[in-house]
Amino acid sequence: MLIYLAQRLLALAFVLLAVSMIVFTLMHSVPGGPFDTQQAKLPKAARENIERKYGLDKPVWQQYLNYMSHAVRFDFGIPYQQPQTTVAALIGKTWLVTLQVGIMTIIVAFGLGITAGMFAAYHQNSWVDNIVTFFSMLGVTVPNFVIAMWFILFFGVTRQWLPTGGWGKSGDCLCYDLLCSDWILPVLAYALAPMAIIARYTRASIVDVIREDYVRTARAKGLGESKVMRRHVLRNAQIPMVTALGTEIPNLITGSIFIETIFRINGLGKFFVTSTLNRDYPMIMATFLLVALLWGITFMLTDIAYTLIDPRVKLGAKKEA
Amino acid sequence: MPPSETAGSTPLLEVDDLRTYFHTRTGVAKAVDGVSFDLTAAETLGLVGESGCGKSVTALSIMRLVSDPPGKIEGGAIRINGRELLDLSDDEMCAVRGNDVAMIFQEPMTSLNPVITCGRQIAEAVELHQDVSRSEAHNRAVEMLRLVGIAAPEQRANEYPHQLSGGMRQRVMIAMGLSCNPQILIADEPTTALDVTVQAQIMELLQRLQEELGMAILLITHDLGVVAETTDRAAVMYAGGIVESAATEMLFANPRHPYTQGLIRSIPELDTDQTRLDIIPGTVPDLRRLPVGCRFQSRCPLVDEHCREAAPPLVETDEGHQTACWKANG
Ligand SMILES: Nc1ncnc2c1ncn2[C@@H]1O[C@H](COP(=O)(O)OP(=O)(O)OP(=O)(O)O)[C@@H](O)[C@H]1O
Ligand code: SF4
Ligand SMILES: [Mg+2]
Repeated sequence: MLIYLAQRLLALAFVLLAVSMIVFTLMHSVPGGPFDTQQAKLPKAARENIERKYGLDKPVWQQYLNYMSHAVRFDFGIPYQQPQTTVAALIGKTWLVTLQVGIMTIIVAFGLGITAGMFAAYHQNSWVDNIVTFFSMLGVTVPNFVIAMWFILFFGVTRQWLPTGGWGKSGDCLCYDLLCSDWILPVLAYALAPMAIIARYTRASIVDVIREDYVRTARAKGLGESKVMRRHVLRNAQIPMVTALGTEIPNLITGSIFIETIFRINGLGKFFVTSTLNRDYPMIMATFLLVALLWGITFMLTDIAYTLIDPRVKLGAKKEA
Repeated sequence: MPPSETAGSTPLLEVDDLRTYFHTRTGVAKAVDGVSFDLTAAETLGLVGESGCGKSVTALSIMRLVSDPPGKIEGGAIRINGRELLDLSDDEMCAVRGNDVAMIFQEPMTSLNPVITCGRQIAEAVELHQDVSRSEAHNRAVEMLRLVGIAAPEQRANEYPHQLSGGMRQRVMIAMGLSCNPQILIADEPTTALDVTVQAQIMELLQRLQEELGMAILLITHDLGVVAETTDRAAVMYAGGIVESAATEMLFANPRHPYTQGLIRSIPELDTDQTRLDIIPGTVPDLRRLPVGCRFQSRCPLVDEHCREAAPPLVETDEGHQTACWKANG
């Protein structure tokens, strides 16, 4: 187990290294730089000065080595947009907000999605199933920004039941107050698509397992329907679900540009857009590394979870007994 | 066990005019259409017939485990010790399954839950039907594994199905089925999916366990050799109905139905292992479009007009010997 973990972490480090190289090269090969923007016309001397200060006058490979030598010490530099703070601090602050949105969304999407999928599977081809299927199709096909617009128009403008935007009153409070209702619309709009995917996947997994011979064996033993479901069906249905649905998590906790922009939430997704537009190299690098790290960790955790719930799979080994 | 001993005793299981149909898009398949038979305590009844004739559906109907939809028990009666199973509530039926009547299946490779240890799967049944603690149930599971001839049962109890061979898995299924001392064991082709050598071992095991535990066995098979060796009585099924039933010896010595006669003639002379049932010319009729009259008419060498007009009822042709054929009477 420990050896396996060490191997996986080492592999993850290599992935991060590769990501850093690719992103760094791409970022610098895109035309335009942070200080030659049209908005702030700097005198040539001042611009050269400032570029020298940030080391932007050096060749790209030198800049990369310089960046990495700091990055390995967890020093990710200074965001050009807000030089009074550090990249780590800025990401920390904005990601915290995104994380709050993401975790709430995960709870809603997984909670409702799995429940709906289970209901649809138990009542296969009934009206419950049809309704779930209809809403899943809607959730998958309609983009979340369209849903967000509908929500804002109906609940925020026409009915005025809920606020049209903002997050936790000030927008960056550390512990979110569930009583301020501004979370409801963004989380629902954000959750709909993953919820639909989760519901469909849950339904499919359960329907597959219900047909298995061992479920008939469980019934033949005299187990009641609810015990058959809990002990035999769900336990097996969760195996394919872990791998498929685990990947929704890094997606959701790194934020949606659309949702954060539409609902005026100062989260990572929104900052990532401004960073890209402003060629804020340190912010772009750090954001990409964070996203890559989160994906890497998720894959590792789902693999481990997989081996824990399926005795036929051995850690790290491909062969099946 | 000689048939004379069991002949007079009251039936433990009575199946009376059972009808189970499948409502499919292409029509109603009458998989079980008026099946009747009795099973007395401690006897072995063989239910034999070609693939698709409705043997498994008959067994699943007794367990009330036919998948609905598309399947439905349309009528008839299934009584255990006089108690009508078709009138029981779902909860009451759960108390019968595994406790009064247990079933082992055709497919040992897929009939055990892959993520639960073998011991736990047996113990689950024990906990359900008997008032025992978890550890007592586990001990009972180990004891059952030993009884069905599994070496190192303590260790095997903690292993998962994928760590066991097909024969061992079927032993685990048998252990699970017998763990609550059911009065009836339904064994649906328990050896079909296994190697020939393992088949013989499993059949021996079932016979030994029956002597030790005294349960009645409904043995479903398409192997007449197995019927001859292990059953007290046998019922021959064709296209959803029983066409002949008698004490096994009598059936083999004096088959009255043309189908049974064909089956017995098709057994190879020497005791080779493969017994082919499809040697009779013609094919089984479509269960969705059964003809009027005798269900065997399309393959019967003796068929005449009367056979095509009215279905022959299953009637006593000799003592303890019933046949459904117009030409077998008298
Ligand atoms: N789920 C189902 N849906 C529709 N029809 C079914 C279903 N299960 C069984 N049947 C019908 O019932 C008939 C009898 O099936 P059954 O499984 O009882 O056959 P069997 O005698 O056990 O054959 P085998 O020796 O192959 O196990 C089949 O021919 C089929 O037409
Ligand atoms: S009733 Fe007629 S068709 Fe049917 S088995 Fe007897 S002889 Fe053949
Ligand atoms: Mg069958």
